[in-house]
Amino acid sequence: MDISRRTFIKAAAGGAAVSALGFDLRPAHAAVRQLKIRNATEYRTVCPYCAVGCGTIAYVHGSGGLNTTNTVIHVEGDPDSPINGGTLCPKGASQMQLAVSPRLRHQPLLRRAGAAEWEEVDWDTAMDWFARKFKDARDASFRERDDEGRVVNRADGIAWVGSATVSNEDAYLITKTMRAMGLVYIDHQARI
Amino acid sequence: MADSLTIRRVSASPDAYIPISALRSAGPTYAKLVDIGACIGCKGCEVACKEWNDLGVEPTANFGSYQSHKDLSPKTWLLMRFNEVEVDGNLNWLIKKDACLHCEEPGCLFACPAPGAIVQYTNGIVDFNQENCIGCQYCVTGCPFDIPRFDVHTRKVSKCNMCVDRVEAGLEPACVKTCPTNAISWGSKHDMLALADKKVETLQSRGFQNAAVYNPAGVGGTHMMYVVPHGDRLSDYSLPTDPTASPAPMTALGFLKRVGAYLMGFGVLGVLGHFLRYGPERLDEDGHDEDDHRGPGPASGHGAVPGPGAFSAPDAPAGPGAAPPVA
Amino acid sequence: MASLAATFGRGAMTNHWKDIKNTDVILVMGANPAENHPCGFKWAVEARDNRGAKLLTIDPRFTRTSAVADRHMQIRPGSDIAVLGGLIRYALENDLHHADYVRAHTNATFVVGEEYDFADGLFSGFDEAASNYDRTAWDYERGPDGYVRRDASLAHPRSVFQLLKRHYDRYTPEVVADIAGCSVEEFLQMAEIICSTGRADRVGTIMYAVGWTMHTVGSQIIRTAAILQLLLGNIGRPGGGINALRGHANVQGATDHAIVAGILPGYLKVPTPPQTSLATHMSESTPRPLVRDTVNYWGNYPKFYVSQMKAWFGEHATRDNDFAYDYLAKQDGDATWLSIWDKAHQGTLEGFVALGFNPLLAGPDVPRLLDAMSKLKWKVVIDPFMLDSAEFWKAPGMNPADIDTEVLYLPSSHWIERDGSFTNSGRWAQWKEKAVDPPIGVRSDTWILSELFWRVKELYQAEGGAWNDPIQHLTWDYLNPREPSMIELAKEINGYDLRTGRLLSSFGELTDDGTTSSGNWIYTGSYTEAGNQMQRRGTDDPGGLGMHHDWAFSWPANRRVLYNRASADAEGRPWDPSRAGIAWNGREWIGDVPDYGRTTPPDAAGAFIMTEEGVARLFSSQQLADGPFSEHYEPVESPSPNALHDNVPINPVIRWYDGVRESLANGDDDYPYACTIYRVVEREHFVTSNVPLLVETMPDFFVELPEGLAEEKGIANGSQVRVWSKRGEVQGTAIVTKRIKPLRVNGKVVWTVGIPVHWGFIGITQGSMANLLTPFIGDANTRCPEFKSFLVNIEPAGSARMET
Repeated sequence: MDISRRTFIKAAAGGAAVSALGFDLRPAHAAVRQLKIRNATEYRTVCPYCAVGCGTIAYVHGSGGLNTTNTVIHVEGDPDSPINGGTLCPKGASQMQLAVSPRLRHQPLLRRAGAAEWEEVDWDTAMDWFARKFKDARDASFRERDDEGRVVNRADGIAWVGSATVSNEDAYLITKTMRAMGLVYIDHQARI
Repeated sequence: MADSLTIRRVSASPDAYIPISALRSAGPTYAKLVDIGACIGCKGCEVACKEWNDLGVEPTANFGSYQSHKDLSPKTWLLMRFNEVEVDGNLNWLIKKDACLHCEEPGCLFACPAPGAIVQYTNGIVDFNQENCIGCQYCVTGCPFDIPRFDVHTRKVSKCNMCVDRVEAGLEPACVKTCPTNAISWGSKHDMLALADKKVETLQSRGFQNAAVYNPAGVGGTHMMYVVPHGDRLSDYSLPTDPTASPAPMTALGFLKRVGAYLMGFGVLGVLGHFLRYGPERLDEDGHDEDDHRGPGPASGHGAVPGPGAFSAPDAPAGPGAAPPVA
Repeated sequence: MASLAATFGRGAMTNHWKDIKNTDVILVMGANPAENHPCGFKWAVEARDNRGAKLLTIDPRFTRTSAVADRHMQIRPGSDIAVLGGLIRYALENDLHHADYVRAHTNATFVVGEEYDFADGLFSGFDEAASNYDRTAWDYERGPDGYVRRDASLAHPRSVFQLLKRHYDRYTPEVVADIAGCSVEEFLQMAEIICSTGRADRVGTIMYAVGWTMHTVGSQIIRTAAILQLLLGNIGRPGGGINALRGHANVQGATDHAIVAGILPGYLKVPTPPQTSLATHMSESTPRPLVRDTVNYWGNYPKFYVSQMKAWFGEHATRDNDFAYDYLAKQDGDATWLSIWDKAHQGTLEGFVALGFNPLLAGPDVPRLLDAMSKLKWKVVIDPFMLDSAEFWKAPGMNPADIDTEVLYLPSSHWIERDGSFTNSGRWAQWKEKAVDPPIGVRSDTWILSELFWRVKELYQAEGGAWNDPIQHLTWDYLNPREPSMIELAKEINGYDLRTGRLLSSFGELTDDGTTSSGNWIYTGSYTEAGNQMQRRGTDDPGGLGMHHDWAFSWPANRRVLYNRASADAEGRPWDPSRAGIAWNGREWIGDVPDYGRTTPPDAAGAFIMTEEGVARLFSSQQLADGPFSEHYEPVESPSPNALHDNVPINPVIRWYDGVRESLANGDDDYPYACTIYRVVEREHFVTSNVPLLVETMPDFFVELPEGLAEEKGIANGSQVRVWSKRGEVQGTAIVTKRIKPLRVNGKVVWTVGIPVHWGFIGITQGSMANLLTPFIGDANTRCPEFKSFLVNIEPAGSARMET
C-alpha cells in the first residue's frame, strides 16, 4: 500500500483511518501546509539592494483581473540568472517585507517653518508647493552671466541628490530635467 | 515534478508504520549538505527560513555577538552560531548553521507519545504536526542535538521541517535555495555523500587536515550533514561527538510520565490500553542503511567507501517492528 | 572611479561577477564582499573550491570574508597605499611582473619630461599657495613628430618604467610593516601569492569597494592597485581585473546617467564658463592622440555630445545655436556632495531635493549636516519610507521651533512597482518587470518628476521669470507626458537615426551633424530594432567562462570584459588559451565582443582604445589632482606620523572647507584610537531599518573592539560603550572580539575600533548615527568623504566621561 500524506488525508476524511483500538488517526495526518506560491503569478525582477544584480522572482497574488489589486506574497531568487543562480542573501531573501510593509507611507506630508509636526496635504497641493518653491529658488539664484560676463545660465540655489536606487530610465530623466533646469549641484550615492 | 510524501514512521503509532519493503516506490531520499568551510555566516538561510515558513519576528537584542538570537526558539528554527577560536595560532571564525539534522533514526520521534505528532517520511524528512502535539516535550529530551523548542503560549513543540511543503512540490528547502556561497547543497543522499567527500578533499588540499563529514552513525546518519573543516574540534561547532537515539527505557517513572502526558493531551483512558499493547515507536535496525552512516573524524569522514546498495535506503527491506529497540 | 578612468580610460568594474570564477588569486581589500555582495562573492568561493584559487583578505578587521579566506592580513585603516606600493616594489624587485604584457600594453616605454620629479613627499609643480599641482610638470617628453618619445628597452632613466621603479623603491617590506602594522613575514607571504600571477598562465583579480574610495587618498589607493594589476598583466583578461563592487542596486546606472556633479550621461563633461562656445568645449573635451597608433575612441566625443543634445532639445538643438550649447549650465568649481553640504552650511543654498536617498545619515559629521539642513529654506524628500533626513528637525537634540526649514515629504513607489532597468556593478543592464501597482496614494518617481517639470514649465509660461528656454524646449513627446513609460525612455537613451526614425544598434552610428540622437551613448545598442536587449534571458555560455552574451545587455556594446584586447599578446594570441578573452584568427577577433575594432589587426593600434596613449597608464600624466603616481599620505586624523615624509603627512591637495581644520583631532592624545565604519550583511544603509526580519537578525547599533583594549578599558562583552570623536559621540553594545588585534605602527601600539553605519533615529529599532563621528573631508579628486579612517576615544557607558 502506497500511503502518501495525501492519500492518508483522503482516507481520514472518509472516516476509515481508525486504529485497532478505536483511536482516530485523523488528527495525526493533517495536511502539509499548501505551497504558498501555488498559482501565484511570477514576475522576473531584480533585487533592489546591492549592485550584484541578483535576478529575483516576485510571486504575486491576484489574477490581474479588472477587479483585483495584486499583492506581492513572496520573492525568491531566479534560478535562471547567471549572476546569482537563484540564491539570495538575507536582504534579498526578505525583500518581500520591503515591498509590503506597514511602514510604507501613502500620504504627502508638509512641515511648515517652526512646526513640531507634519500636516497631511493632497498630491495636487504638494506638487504645486514643490513647483512654486522650485521656480522661486531657481529665479532667485539664477545667473545668466558670471562676473567676467561669460554666459553661465546656472541655478545655484537648488541641489538635487539621488538616487542610486532608481532605474536607469528614471536616472536619465532626472539628469535630463535637472540639467535643463540649470542645476549643477547634482549628486548621488556614488560618492558615499 | 512534485514528490509524494510517503510516510515511513509515525510517532506512537506502530500500526501506521509502513514497511518500506511493502512500498511500490518510495522515491528518492534527500539530504542537505552544509559546508561550513564555505559558509560566510550571512544568515541568508536564517532569514529565508523565517520568511518562507512565516515564523514571525521575535524581538532580539545584541548580546555582544554577530549571532542574532542566543538560541533556537519556536520562531527560529535555524540559527547561525558564531564562535571565534584560535587554532594553531590562526584565528578561525567558526560559523555553524544550527537546525534540525533530520536523523535517520529520529530520537524525537521515538520519544514522542502523541500519535501522529511526529512523522518521518521515506525521503528523510522528520516533520512535527503541531495539531497532534500534546506539549509533553519528550521529543526535546529525546533529541541528541537539542533542536526542538517548546512554545509556552501554544503548548506545542516545533522545529525545522525541511520545508516539507516545498519538497512535496518539487522544490528544495528555502535555506538551500538562498545560500549565496553554495555552503548548503541539496540532492539525493547518495549525491550529497559523494559531494561531501569531494568537499572534504578540497578542504584537505587547502590545509584543513582534519576536515570531516558529520553524519553520525549513532542516529543512523542524518539528512542534514555537515562538512566540518576542523573535524577534530566538533565542540567548537556545538556538535556532539557521539550522538545516539534510542527509545527511553520503560522505567516506572517514564511510564507514568507517558501516561500523564496522554491524560493531559486527550483525557482518554482508553489510549492507555493502546500504549500498554504497543509501547512507543520501535527502532528498526533494518529500516535504515548502515552504509549511509559516516561518523565524525578524518577516518570515517573521508575515504569510507560505501558498499553496494549503500544508498538504497528507501528500498531496503524492513521487517515490521521486529528488532529490539537498541541503537 | 576617477582612478580607473585615469588608468584605463573607463571608470567601471573591468570584469563582471561571474568572471571571478576564472581567477587564480583573489585579493579582497577595501571591500567585504561576503557581507556586502554575498551572491557576487559566490564566484570567489567557486574559484577557491573549483580552481584552487587563493582567496586573500587585507583589512583592518577579520571580516566574514576573512572567515572563508585562505589568508588574512590585518592592517591599520588608511595604510592601503603603503601595502599596495610594497606589492609593486616586491613584483619589480623580484622580477615577477609580466614583462611582455607591460611592454605591449602599458605606457612603461613612455618617456616623461625633465620637469617631473618627486621629493620630500611632493611631486614637482606644487603650488603651495593654491594647494594644487601644475600638472604640466608631469607631461611626457615629445619627439620631433609631436608624439610622445618612447624607449622600448625601458632603460631610459625617465621612462615610466624606471620612474615607477624609483618611486616605489621606498616601499620596502619593513616600511610597509611600519606603516600598516602588519609583520614583514605576513606581508611577504601575501606578496608571494599575489605576485604569482605575473605570468601568462596565471591571472589574479582584485575586489574593492568603498573601503578604498572613502579616504582622502581614495583615488590614489585604487591607482596603486591598478598599477599593480597592470604590472602583473591582469587587466583585460578573464579572471583578472580590478573590480569595483558597487553598493546600491543602480549606483552604476545612476552614475552612467550622470546624477553626478561635473558629468553628463555617458561620462561627457559639463561645460565650464571659460568654454564660451561649443567649439571650445569640444576642443577641450576631445583628447588628441599622444602616439600614432592609438584608436583614441574619445576622439568621437563631439558625436556623443551632439547626439545627446539632440535627444534633449530635439529641433531646438541646431548647428546655428551650437546645438543648444547655452541651454546647459556652465559649472564653475566643485559641485559634489561635500560642496553641496558646504553651500547649505554657508546658508546660500535655498532648496534641497533628496530622492531615494537619506543624506543626513549618509554624510560625514552629522552635527554639521544638521546645522546645514536647518539653514535651508525648503527641502523635499521623496521615498517610499519616512526618512531621518525628512524629519531632521525632530532629530535628537533639535528644537523644531528653532528651525524654519519647510519640508515636503512625498511617498514614492518601489522598485517592484515599476519596470525599467538596473545596471549592476559588472555593467550588466537588466530589465525588471513590474510586479504590482504602487499602493493607492503613492506616485512613481517618474510621475513626481514629470509633474514637477510640467508645473514649473507652466509657471514660467504664466508668469515669466529667469531664462527658461531649456525648460520650454526640453523634449517631452511621451505618450503620457505626465508619466513617461520606461520603454519610451529606454529608447530615447539608446537613440535614433533622426532621418529615418530607426533605433540605432551601435554608438558607431552616431554623428556630430545633428542627424542622430542618443541620450547616453554607452547605452546605444541596449534597445534596438531587435527589441529590448536588456530584457534578454538567454543562458547559453558557449565558452564556459561565464560571459553569457545573450543575458541582458552589458555596456559598452554588450562587451563582458573591458580592455579585452589586452587578454592577448602583441600578435593577438591569448596569454592563456584556456581562458581566452579574445583571439585574432587572421581576419577578425573572436570570443568576447572585442574592445577593439573587430577586424583591426593586432598591431594596428594599442590595446586600450579609450586612452590617447593607446595603452594603459602606469604613469597617469594629467588625469588626477594629486600625482601621476600614488604616494602614502596619512588620513587627516591619524594615530601616526607619516613614516615616509612627516613634513608632508597628509594629501597636500585636498580641499579644506571652512571650519573643518578646527573639527579635527590630529595629534591630540584625547583621541588615541583608529576608527573605521562599515556595513554588515544583515543591513543595507538605512532602508533595512524598516524590514522586521533584518532588524531581528542584526537588531542594535554596536561597537566592535579588540579584547586587549576592552580589558584595558574595563569593557565587558555585551555591555554599553560610548565612543566619541572631536565631532560627536555614539553609544552602543560592545562586541569584544579576537578579530581585531593591536598593531605596532612606527613603534607604537595602535588599536582599531569598528562601527557599523546602519542606524538612525527612525526605524523599527533606533541607534546612534555612525556619522556623528566622521570628519568633513574628502578625496582630492572625487571629494568622497574619509569615512574609513579617523580618531576616537572609548569608555564604558555610564562612567565619567573625559572632558574634551
